[in-house]
Amino acid sequence: MPERADVRRRLWVTLAAFGALTLATCVVAPLVGSTPIHLSRVFDRSVPFADNVDAQIFFVARLPRVLAAALVGAALASAGAVFQALLRNPLASADTLGVSGGAALGAIAAITFHASFTVFGIPSVPLASLTGSVGALVVVYALAAARRRGMAATGLLLAGIALNAFFSAFVLFVQNLASFADTFRTVRWLMGSLDIGSYAPILGALPLLAVSGVAMASLPRTLDLMSLGGDAAAARGVDVRRTERVALLSASLATGAAVSLGGPVSFIGIVVPHLVRLIVGADHRVVLPASALFGAMFLVGCDILARTVFSPIELPVGIVTALIGAPFFLWLLVRRM
Amino acid sequence: MTRPVHRWAAAAAALVATGVLAGGSAAAPAPDAAPRRIVCFIPAVTQMLFAIGAGPQVVAVGAYDHDPPAVNALPRVGGLLDPDTERILAMRPDLVIVYDGQSALEERLARAGVPMFKYRHGDLANVTATMRTLGRAVGRAAEADALASGLERRLAAIAARVAGRPRPLTLLVLGREPNSLQNIYASGGYGFLHDMLVIAGARDMLDDVKRESVQVSTEMVLARRPDAIVELQYGDGASLSTGDDLSPWRALSSVPAVKAGRLYRLVGDEFVEAGPRLGDATEKLSRLLQPEAWR
Repeated sequence: MPERADVRRRLWVTLAAFGALTLATCVVAPLVGSTPIHLSRVFDRSVPFADNVDAQIFFVARLPRVLAAALVGAALASAGAVFQALLRNPLASADTLGVSGGAALGAIAAITFHASFTVFGIPSVPLASLTGSVGALVVVYALAAARRRGMAATGLLLAGIALNAFFSAFVLFVQNLASFADTFRTVRWLMGSLDIGSYAPILGALPLLAVSGVAMASLPRTLDLMSLGGDAAAARGVDVRRTERVALLSASLATGAAVSLGGPVSFIGIVVPHLVRLIVGADHRVVLPASALFGAMFLVGCDILARTVFSPIELPVGIVTALIGAPFFLWLLVRRM
Repeated sequence: MTRPVHRWAAAAAALVATGVLAGGSAAAPAPDAAPRRIVCFIPAVTQMLFAIGAGPQVVAVGAYDHDPPAVNALPRVGGLLDPDTERILAMRPDLVIVYDGQSALEERLARAGVPMFKYRHGDLANVTATMRTLGRAVGRAAEADALASGLERRLAAIAARVAGRPRPLTLLVLGREPNSLQNIYASGGYGFLHDMLVIAGARDMLDDVKRESVQVSTEMVLARRPDAIVELQYGDGASLSTGDDLSPWRALSSVPAVKAGRLYRLVGDEFVEAGPRLGDATEKLSRLLQPEAWR
């Protein structure tokens, strides 16, 4: 009981600290950019929205990308934490099981073959990306369901590597069919971009992110027991098969939705969970929400740098995440050793 | 120990003898020394060759060559990214036009003793300079000079026509994701597209960004408030009815171009291929941006 109270205390302290930092970053982010804007003008109702440049920069350009960054960062980091626990492998990340590969294939195919349509205002490329990730998810789920008594982590990991290789080869195949200009477009997409310019892609990804978030919320305690091994967890009353499926589906859904929104953003899914563990310990009841909050804060922060450091030119945010995150992670690692 | 030195010396002598030509450095060959079996990868240069009457000397072209129609009868030897060296050598070329930077191909061709003409992308002055150098390299100096001078005169006439008129601040978009404002990239403040825009009578929205192409954010478009936005549609996509329209720009309703409905799309490869059709392309651009000057 004292241990439980301690975990609860740590959870609240972590949530409060990480939540406050994340909130502060998300509040500051729309105020920062390559163009100075004034809040008084942003909310000046005497100027029609169609004529209010400050309001349009705030609400059309910055707010959607800050929200997208927060959602993508939270989704990739929490999915990474779940995959690392599920597969009992510290090198697992949000894209280990090939879901982001499927998402990339969908997007690259849509760009190359000029798919041009909208569904409820959601453009074709994020929709195709989402479809690709769901396709990959079906394959992963079929692999997971193929075994009656849960799946071996190693087997699933190998299946993920094979799927990733398959999708990567398919991406290259489609790129090989593309014209020179389309190849350039696909390369740009693969660099990731959070400048989504409207709220429609967020609304498209939100239901999947909500479902995966609710599913992940049921996982932390069982993931702790699963980290001891499947048999040990089963002996303590964990429904191993169900836990694995919920973990697999929720983390894959989160990854697919995140990639469809911002493209493949490297680094966050693998390193943020480790970074968080170095700060708050290994208990998944704390690690999972802390990873989501830290991932959101980290990506929003990196996006601020991406759009301001070389202003007016922007850097792809995936470059910034790795350039900033890797040295920070190494510093933290060395300090703790 | 002397063998490698000899090999390098022989390679250097071969380069000198075979004449690796790079824009502006070619000497006029004797008429009988003019290449008769040219392989060209670069659509803009292929068009130049045909325009100066060197079409019959071209024996193979690249995967992206479509103009003039005569090229469709010629064998293809790969593209810029994936040149088929074996097929190129099988054509027994006496001149291969390569893009400067295709180092692996250049190395192989040099080893095989095949002369090369290196093409470099640049601004409009580079285009006419390339025409003249190319003409000398293929024994068509007079025709090339006439072509380059004709293009220069036409561009000067367009510039004169729009001179003194107010210049709309213009964003020249090279691509974006369909039905969305994500991943917009545009012509920057350097290169032949930038020069064309200025000659056509516009101010380039990205004049200060001295790059050929720039990733543009929605914030940048909102902040810089272009008077006109021109999208170029080219490549395979130009022939497709994609259903994508210009409506995503309407989300940026405070931008003068959106307010005034000055959102345009120009379709055709001539806008992105720095060849003899640049005069036509610049005039089309000018008619769009300076309609009063063409009445």
